[in-house]
Amino acid sequence: MSNVLLEMRSITKTFPGVKALDQVSLQVIPQEIHALVGENGAGKSTLMNVLSGVYPYGTYEGDILFEGETCNFKDIKHSEGKGIVIIHQELALVPYLSIAENIFLGNETAKNGVINWHTTIQKTSELLKKVGLTENPNTLVKDIGVGKQQLVEIAKALSKNVKLLILDEPTAALNENDSQNLLDLLLGLKKQGITSILISHKLNEVVRVANSITIIRDGKTIETLKVGIDEINEDRIIKGMVGRDMTHRYPERTPDIGEVIFEVKDWNAYHPLNEERMISKSVNINVRKGEIVGIAGLMGAGRTELAMGVFGKSYGKRITGTVIKDGKQIDTSSVSKAINNGIAYLSEDRKAYGLVLIKDIRFNVTLANLGKISKNGIIDDYKESQAANDFRNKFAIKTPSIFQKAINLSGGNQQKVVLSKWIFAQPDILILDEPTRGIDVGAKYEIYGIINELAAAGKGVIFISSEMPEILGMCDRIYVMDEGAICGELKQAEASQETIMKMILSSRGRDN
Amino acid sequence: MDQIRRFVKQNLKQNAMYVALFIIIIFFQIRTNGVLLQPQNVNNLILQNSYVLILAMGMVFVIISGYVDLSVGSIVAIIGAIGGYLTVTKNVSTVPAILILLVLGMVIGAFHGVFIAYMHIPPFIVTLAGMLIFRGLTMVILGGRTLTPYPKLYENISNGFVGDFLKIEGLNGTAIAATIVLILIAVFRVFQKRVQQKKYDLEPPKLIWDLLKIVVLALVVGFIGYSLAKYKGVPVVLLLIGMLFVIYNFVASKTVVGRRVYAMGGNEKAARLSGINTNRMMFAVYTNMGLMAAIAGIVFSARLNAATPKAGTGFELDAIAACFIGGASASGGVGTVMGAIIGALVMGVINNGMSIMGIGIDWQQAIKGFVLLAAVAFDVLTKESND
Repeated sequence: MSNVLLEMRSITKTFPGVKALDQVSLQVIPQEIHALVGENGAGKSTLMNVLSGVYPYGTYEGDILFEGETCNFKDIKHSEGKGIVIIHQELALVPYLSIAENIFLGNETAKNGVINWHTTIQKTSELLKKVGLTENPNTLVKDIGVGKQQLVEIAKALSKNVKLLILDEPTAALNENDSQNLLDLLLGLKKQGITSILISHKLNEVVRVANSITIIRDGKTIETLKVGIDEINEDRIIKGMVGRDMTHRYPERTPDIGEVIFEVKDWNAYHPLNEERMISKSVNINVRKGEIVGIAGLMGAGRTELAMGVFGKSYGKRITGTVIKDGKQIDTSSVSKAINNGIAYLSEDRKAYGLVLIKDIRFNVTLANLGKISKNGIIDDYKESQAANDFRNKFAIKTPSIFQKAINLSGGNQQKVVLSKWIFAQPDILILDEPTRGIDVGAKYEIYGIINELAAAGKGVIFISSEMPEILGMCDRIYVMDEGAICGELKQAEASQETIMKMILSSRGRDN
Repeated sequence: MDQIRRFVKQNLKQNAMYVALFIIIIFFQIRTNGVLLQPQNVNNLILQNSYVLILAMGMVFVIISGYVDLSVGSIVAIIGAIGGYLTVTKNVSTVPAILILLVLGMVIGAFHGVFIAYMHIPPFIVTLAGMLIFRGLTMVILGGRTLTPYPKLYENISNGFVGDFLKIEGLNGTAIAATIVLILIAVFRVFQKRVQQKKYDLEPPKLIWDLLKIVVLALVVGFIGYSLAKYKGVPVVLLLIGMLFVIYNFVASKTVVGRRVYAMGGNEKAARLSGINTNRMMFAVYTNMGLMAAIAGIVFSARLNAATPKAGTGFELDAIAACFIGGASASGGVGTVMGAIIGALVMGVINNGMSIMGIGIDWQQAIKGFVLLAAVAFDVLTKESND
């Protein structure tokens, strides 16, 4: 019996235009909780996708050894057969099926294709007990909370005789209580002989449960810290994650801030499906000319909901509040009115909400301001091509031509196309929602540069990001948001990860 | 060698439907011993397929927007029936009757549009309901009878020819003149485009390709024009189709409205967040489909010179098939008016060719089904090999 359960040796994985993993190695010993930490886009999820066969053997370089055997996984089913089960960030449960049906989905207890419901229910009850759930196996998944859904996912993994459980940010969407439950469960499973790999941004959780911590940065393994050998605390981990000097990650900029040009006042909104739930609670924010204002918060804090509500009432119901630009109240009740009033909103999900992927760069760049390239409703092809070419040159969009389909571009270049679209719409206020999500470090720097240029040109920028270092590095002023409300405001000089977290936590304390 | 292969592949993909149509025409030309391309049959081809061509031009916008309209066959029927009721039973004269029918078509389309765009009921369901509703109402209006004949002017929409202004021995002068003018316009457009491309520092294609394009175009237009001139001249309905093609092709490729339909079909959420009123666009697409179905209904009833309860049965499927054969994507965002025309012609030539060969209607159905499947499979395969 070797004392290594899993070994990944010099894994290299490239996507068009991006080297996501560069000679990454990982060693997991049996019965440990191995944390994998790194910034967004560092390559953690890619590494786990390589391990679980999402990216099959042959699409990457390097070796995977599991229980001493070399593994060439063709797909997820293959790796699951060996006892490696991954639980993704986005839960893979079917909402309108019951807990039991979900747990045995694709792995039904059946004879000749006929499902034996008695054993299914019985086995489900046992599994639920193991993960500490007392729900009826026939309950529909949509009727239980996110925290319990996460536990159902783990029960599902247990049903597959899991040896190595991989959890990708399992607590990101959970509240404090559910998170603690989940972590306790992992510790319990460890005692029963199940090894876990935990990907998490929440370093306090990592410190609490992990036996080893591997840090990945920019697609490379930086180091592995071991409990009992290395000194482990959050600062030590952050040092490994960030690595380089903070000042070099963001382009130099001398802010030139003018008067207030944009204000959102007394903004209230309710959830579109659950009209009792408030998603924005009397929000008041303002932006000055040439200023980059950050909105920090945890996932689900209500930042995107606020931005989309302001931008043409694109999200939420029973929205009330006023939007003021240059001292005058403006109408932003539809997207086109918002755009005409000089507001742009760059969505956090560029593929779903930002781009028409099957269309070319030219099509996408001009989409939000077709009026500028047309006359009497007739598009001027040449003007359009020129506009697209201008942006291609200005932002160094890497593409053979502006007739390349957006789907064929790398994440960074796609984001440049979306930014071009919104800049072409000639806004005075840009609301940028996670503008660097899923983009490699080099392209991030370029995007930061573009954002700084926008501010320098006198525009007001609202910068929403879940990556606190980015908010701290880019913004002149930071609003902290939690549970739909602004719970604090910080100048750049007084802001730090700690002050932001404290604001969030103390606001929660007030509520409870 | 590799370069040549890549070149062929690239061009095959871009022009696959033209090549397919050409091969099909040659095939049937041989199998029918030259009957297919005889002047009278060329004329028949146009008349027989006129309503599918018109429906396909409307349907392609629906498909680009990401959905289908199943009701158009029934709209064709009810428009014919109401046309019959107005002109035959009530003696309304042709021009006001046609105006009423066109407005009615738009109202029916708008009726679908309200449910689809503003109540967000899936188009498949709304137009399926429309298909049943308007077929049923057609039967109610006609009461099981057939109304005939329409006034001469009405009938001439489908069965008439544009008058001959220039008398040439054995040939229709108008057709010849129109052919020459069309070819000259095409030549002018090609060179105009080159000049503009140069002006804006864009690389125009090699001159030889544009010349080749002109030659092919001139041959095709010239052949059709000559055939028509030898027979009875330019059918009125061809003039109508030509006008509709120019308008809708322009709308799809050159206008803001067309652009918005493509964006909506390509990614509805992104389109909405780019300031496009997708509800209004959806409403407009279905209203327009109603209008086109009304035109097709007028053309079809005029061709039969009768309003029958079964008119237009299955037309929706022909129109949808034409769009897919012409390269439109079932998931939306992709498709052209030219493609829809080519697709409709592919179906039309196969129908016509098989009829001449004496193949029964049973086999015709089955073969058309295979052609549709083959066309879309080919499209999917070439797209996959691209990635």
